[in-house]
Amino acid sequence: MTQAETFHYDNTTARNFTVATIVWGVIALLVGILIAFQLVFPEWNVASWLTFGRLRALHTNGAIFAFVGNAIFAGVYYSLQRLLKARMASDFLSKVHFWGWQLIILSAVVTLPLGITSSKEYAELQWPIDIAIALVWVIFGVNMFWTILKRRERHLYVAIWFYIATFVTVAVLHIVNNLALPVGFLNSYSIFAGVQDALVQWWYGHNAVAFFLTTPVLGLMYYFVPKAANRPVYSYRLSIIHFWALIFIYIWAGPHHLLYTSLPDWAQSLGTVFSIMLIFPSWGGMLNGLLTLRGAWDKVRDSAVLKFFVVAITAYGMSTLEGPLLSLKNLNAIAHYTDWIPAHVHVGTLGWNGFLIFGMIYWLMPKMYRTSLFSEKLANAHFWIGTLGIVLWVVPMYVSGFTQSLMWKEFNPDGTLVYGNFLETVTQLIPLYLTRAIGGSLYVTGMILMVVNVVRTVRSGSFMAQEEASALPLAKSFGKPKGEYWHRWIERKPVQLMIWSTVVILIGGIIEIVPTIMVKSNVPTIESVKPYTALELEGRDLYIREGCNACHSQMVRPFRSEVARYGDYSKAGEFVYDHPFLWGSKRTGPDLHRVGGKYPHSWHYNHMLEPTSMSPGSIMPTYEWLFTDALDTTATKAKLSAMVSLGVPYREGYVDSANYYLHAQASQIAEELEGQLDGTQVSPRQEIVALIAYLQRLGQDIKPEYEPAQSTVAPAPTVAEK
Amino acid sequence: MTAIYLLIAVSFLVAVAFLGAFIWSIRSGQYDDDYAPSVRMLKDNTRKTSEYQTSQESSK
Repeated sequence: MTQAETFHYDNTTARNFTVATIVWGVIALLVGILIAFQLVFPEWNVASWLTFGRLRALHTNGAIFAFVGNAIFAGVYYSLQRLLKARMASDFLSKVHFWGWQLIILSAVVTLPLGITSSKEYAELQWPIDIAIALVWVIFGVNMFWTILKRRERHLYVAIWFYIATFVTVAVLHIVNNLALPVGFLNSYSIFAGVQDALVQWWYGHNAVAFFLTTPVLGLMYYFVPKAANRPVYSYRLSIIHFWALIFIYIWAGPHHLLYTSLPDWAQSLGTVFSIMLIFPSWGGMLNGLLTLRGAWDKVRDSAVLKFFVVAITAYGMSTLEGPLLSLKNLNAIAHYTDWIPAHVHVGTLGWNGFLIFGMIYWLMPKMYRTSLFSEKLANAHFWIGTLGIVLWVVPMYVSGFTQSLMWKEFNPDGTLVYGNFLETVTQLIPLYLTRAIGGSLYVTGMILMVVNVVRTVRSGSFMAQEEASALPLAKSFGKPKGEYWHRWIERKPVQLMIWSTVVILIGGIIEIVPTIMVKSNVPTIESVKPYTALELEGRDLYIREGCNACHSQMVRPFRSEVARYGDYSKAGEFVYDHPFLWGSKRTGPDLHRVGGKYPHSWHYNHMLEPTSMSPGSIMPTYEWLFTDALDTTATKAKLSAMVSLGVPYREGYVDSANYYLHAQASQIAEELEGQLDGTQVSPRQEIVALIAYLQRLGQDIKPEYEPAQSTVAPAPTVAEK
Repeated sequence: MTAIYLLIAVSFLVAVAFLGAFIWSIRSGQYDDDYAPSVRMLKDNTRKTSEYQTSQESSK
């Protein structure tokens, strides 16, 4: 007879990740509160590294990768060992994973406020950090798969499937979206341009939500909800269907972030169709989670952990119904670029991610510290304050989204815009922004209660670093009717047969689609669109550094209201030299794609120095340092060379004399500025000059009357030469 | 639009990889039993926890 083996689970790594979750969670959400208040009190943008544009990326990255990321790892390291009846394969890899991840977060905390960013949402970190992320991620994967190989339980519980899918997909997404050509240690340009870059980014961006904020958290749900309720999941079969259906469909939904943009129509429709299909697996999973509590609802009344879980799963259901609906073009036309989107996102993050994590922490910490929770009452208080916080966060933002959108689209009988001044649509929302900031503060207040509760719990218990367990080793061979063809097995099981056929249909559909794409008709080039001048490119990098794209889009959709407000709608061919694209996803301020030539240089000069001087009531930060800091031109030539490597057709002489051309254009703009500002001295070396050059170039190329400041490409051959 | 060839190819490969995993999971008998795993995961067979729990229960 086989002897049971005795071994120990490693709780230290799970505990460390849990503590990191709490610490980074509070920090990331405090940054969120700060930027929420900055929209109400713009004077809170006190220093360059504390401006909204830079901190927004810190908040999103912190919330996703530091708060949820550490929580995922905590849950995985705890549950994986128990589900496999094996200790993590390598304590060393566990340690490297933990500390590597914390160092990556620290490097984000340093670089993002300094404006070191690639501008791509949720992938802002620069290339050296991206490489570190890839390495640490692989270490996590090796450790996980190695443990799976050493398991004492033949069957892989459904949660593990979700963990595996997370690992595989995030690795692929991260690598493809961050393909960039480095220019020095802290700068790089995406190898994709314009429409293509947008498509890659949102393929990534949507799947970051899918495979970082959803699938691993679903894995946690399938482990911790049954554990906390002490009853099996409602339907194990449904969980298997949930898993396979979800991962197959999710990866195609990205283009719904680009509806009505310059992305080709067929790609937009593809994204919409897959998004609608997502309702089914998502709701299957939600119901499976909720119905796990069937007959145990009395426990929900008493247990804060289960309360958190119920609201989390409900929020998952709400946001996964809302998401597909927002992917419908007619609804998207209203919601896109407005506060509706942050509202939708925060139902998912605050509700689904946050509450599932809180429930997990309240369940996990007492277990690992061999005690009971310090105060169930305090945890209940956290639950109610947090719930109220979510309501106060999202309801005003839904109202704000509608208000904003309706105001943008309202016309007078004579065909002019009722709110022609964009600012009117901003000042209207400020009370709602204030309510949202209060909601966020309540949510964090709840988290502080959790910190107190966890600290007291830890003090009252003693940590069990090694938890002894015993299990039989895995039998060498696995009994299955010999010689039976696997398909016979599927045929016996109608449900599996159904899944299998769905998979075939999906893949068949995709094979059908690929040839359609091969027809080359997608991004028509526009002859008058030319590469940026050296100065404009430097200005563009400043635009990226300051995170202007956090609040300003550069994509005029083909709607009457937008054309009337901003000018001609944006065309795919206009972005072919944009490495990276800067379409943005939110209009806290107006779209800037047609801002070039709209105002004199002096307007931008005054506006950047003191926004309210030009736009009374503006909530934009001031950018004094652009007026005191000299533009760093040491890398200008390298930047242009990088662009050439990426296929931007600069003429040879232009790149070689980049700094000469840069200075020539800067001097001209400075001179024009001095003329317009009468009396003010403007140095051509100031950063503001480069930014103005870029802003004045935006959207100009297709205007017949536009004269480029400099010729960046070789002149077209004359008729005689042809 | 070259990026979309890349994206479709990559997405396709990921999908095929998952399909492979799916087929493997069926062939290796992962889903032969779709009830027991949901109950089995509730039992930890850890010594310390169960001892602790029994001692706590007896002290009540």
